[in-house]
Amino acid sequence: MEKFTTHTGIGVPLRQSNVDTDQIIPAVYLKRITRTGFEDALFAAWRKDPSFILNQAPFNAGSVLVAGPDFGTGSSREHAVWALKDFGFKTVLSSRFADIFRGNSGKQGLLAAEVAQDDIELIWKELENAPGTEVTVDLVSKTVQCGTIVAPFEIDDYTRWRLLEGLDDIGLTLKHEEDITAFEATRPAFMPKTLPARLS
Amino acid sequence: MAKTLAEKVWDAHVVRKGDGEGANAQPDLLFIDLHLVHEVTSPQAFEGLRLAGRRLRRPDLTIATEDHNTPTLDIDKPIADLTSRTQIQTLRNNCQEFGVRLHSLGDAEQGIVHVVGPQLGLTQPGMTVVCGDSHTSTHGAFGALAMGIGTSEVEHVMATQTLSLKPFKTMAINVEGTLRPGVSAKDIILAVIAKIGTGGGQGYVLEYRGSAIRALSMEARMTICNMSIEAGARAGLVAPDQTTYDYMHGRPHAPQGAEWDAAVEYWNTLSTDDDAAFDVEVDLDADTLEPFVTWGTNPGQGVSLSAKVPSPEDFGDENAKAAAERALQYMGLEAGTPMKDIRVDTVFLGSCTNSRMEDLRAAADILRGRTKDPNIRMLVVPGSARVRLEAEAEGLDKVFKDFGAEWRFAGCSMCLGMNPDQLEVGERCASTSNRNFEGRQGKGGRTHLVSPVVAAATAVRGTLSSPSDLDPAPESAALRVGAA
Repeated sequence: MEKFTTHTGIGVPLRQSNVDTDQIIPAVYLKRITRTGFEDALFAAWRKDPSFILNQAPFNAGSVLVAGPDFGTGSSREHAVWALKDFGFKTVLSSRFADIFRGNSGKQGLLAAEVAQDDIELIWKELENAPGTEVTVDLVSKTVQCGTIVAPFEIDDYTRWRLLEGLDDIGLTLKHEEDITAFEATRPAFMPKTLPARLS
Repeated sequence: MAKTLAEKVWDAHVVRKGDGEGANAQPDLLFIDLHLVHEVTSPQAFEGLRLAGRRLRRPDLTIATEDHNTPTLDIDKPIADLTSRTQIQTLRNNCQEFGVRLHSLGDAEQGIVHVVGPQLGLTQPGMTVVCGDSHTSTHGAFGALAMGIGTSEVEHVMATQTLSLKPFKTMAINVEGTLRPGVSAKDIILAVIAKIGTGGGQGYVLEYRGSAIRALSMEARMTICNMSIEAGARAGLVAPDQTTYDYMHGRPHAPQGAEWDAAVEYWNTLSTDDDAAFDVEVDLDADTLEPFVTWGTNPGQGVSLSAKVPSPEDFGDENAKAAAERALQYMGLEAGTPMKDIRVDTVFLGSCTNSRMEDLRAAADILRGRTKDPNIRMLVVPGSARVRLEAEAEGLDKVFKDFGAEWRFAGCSMCLGMNPDQLEVGERCASTSNRNFEGRQGKGGRTHLVSPVVAAATAVRGTLSSPSDLDPAPESAALRVGAA
């Protein structure tokens, strides 16, 4: 995973709550077997509307998505994170993220920064009044800056550390392989196994 | 120290405690007892293993099936959609390469992954269960800690049989009382979501408790736990009891003989201690609950079926107001319209929420001897090939077909329309599934989430209806409601 320390890019105000993962990427695009190439799928239904914000310059070159509360609800599809990244987004700001989306973002190096809704409202106004305004998201100081607005954001310490260091999760866990093996030896015999298969 | 059920299951699976304390604590490493796999969220995970030269650590704790893309017609022919066919073939190749048990289309154990696990007896109390699918919460009905995960985590579980997780907060959902006829588990969970909101459960594991929950069958408990994610929760569970054991006993992978006794002894310890404290408690009165239905585009936008479409002005919060306005526009609804005046085009009975035997029986009991509204199309999609076989053995397929419904093969089908079963633009559907998001069942489609008996009554009348709205059936069928 690439390290994330700070990012500056055009902010995109998405004035909507409950942006679910079916909106971020409709199910029909989940049939692909690759991990990249989802840029066309991002907000596919909404992008058919010419007035949708990502169809307008300068927002089409945005990399900081500023969304309403409860972003990423619904399905566990990591494709939602891949689509945001493939389009060019490096970070999403929202006052509340769905748990699975937040987890998926952390695994993929997309920064999900939790910003208070009052600050989101201020940033929305700034971005709408001066389209193309850049937003800086600094993971070291846990602050976001947009024009004269400087606001703190929340992210759990462990995810922050992994993002700052660009660490691979599986590699970290496999350092403790002996602990896993020891745990396996203690599991009760009645716990089920899928193999050999028993059928009705 | 007194513990909740979720905390007991958690503690029993800690491979390694995270360093540090309190807010600065690192996540715990938890062992995963069962990993369910399907074709949509696994190809990139298998590819990740392959690229890193890693093995799949525990094929004997992993099982795969095909559900999201599978057609529900002509299943003996090659899948027409090439990308769907490729994705399913990729799963077959991966399972062969990594030694994973797979139930393919055409196999008697194929079906929606969350129907297959419990049906085989692989889902058991006190386990940790994960799957690259948010509705994994279904398995919580057995007192298992069951969570949906993303593809990176799928790969992590494949490689290590563990997950790094930060402890959740706990929320009790207390449902006391007795459900009235025609009111079911689906109505309970829709009412819970409307009450706490789609974000209300974020960061929490929910435990459903109280006399109304204890009175529910396993399949009804699965319906409730299934939609925990719609309240934003990572998981939802119900403490195991005799109902759980009766359901499990004799299933292919349930313990047998002395192991059964040892298992029951352990399972009996799996309840929240009397003096344990939940971080939050929410109460719901089962006595006064009515059939519930959604009017909007998220599962929290629901009302009683006897109510009217709300107005954006009913919402104090500016974001909720804007969301309601947008939802009404998308749904083509006017505030103040009685919900029961809403005419629908399609009725979908299926999905991991409501596609088990009890769901099919409850709907069939309504439909038997009645005729379908001529403008309605009704799809009945059993949750698994096994459910389909059992239903046919009981003659339920004949009830559905005589009524004028389509009797399909098993899969996720119109819940999310990854196969050909989709709504057209503007088409309105009463659906027993779990999500009414914009375009979820097909681009431009409009979804009302309902219970199986409301779906059935709606197919009779053509408008959103409860069983109590129906004239008596010519051959008065005994109503068996409240079960599903």
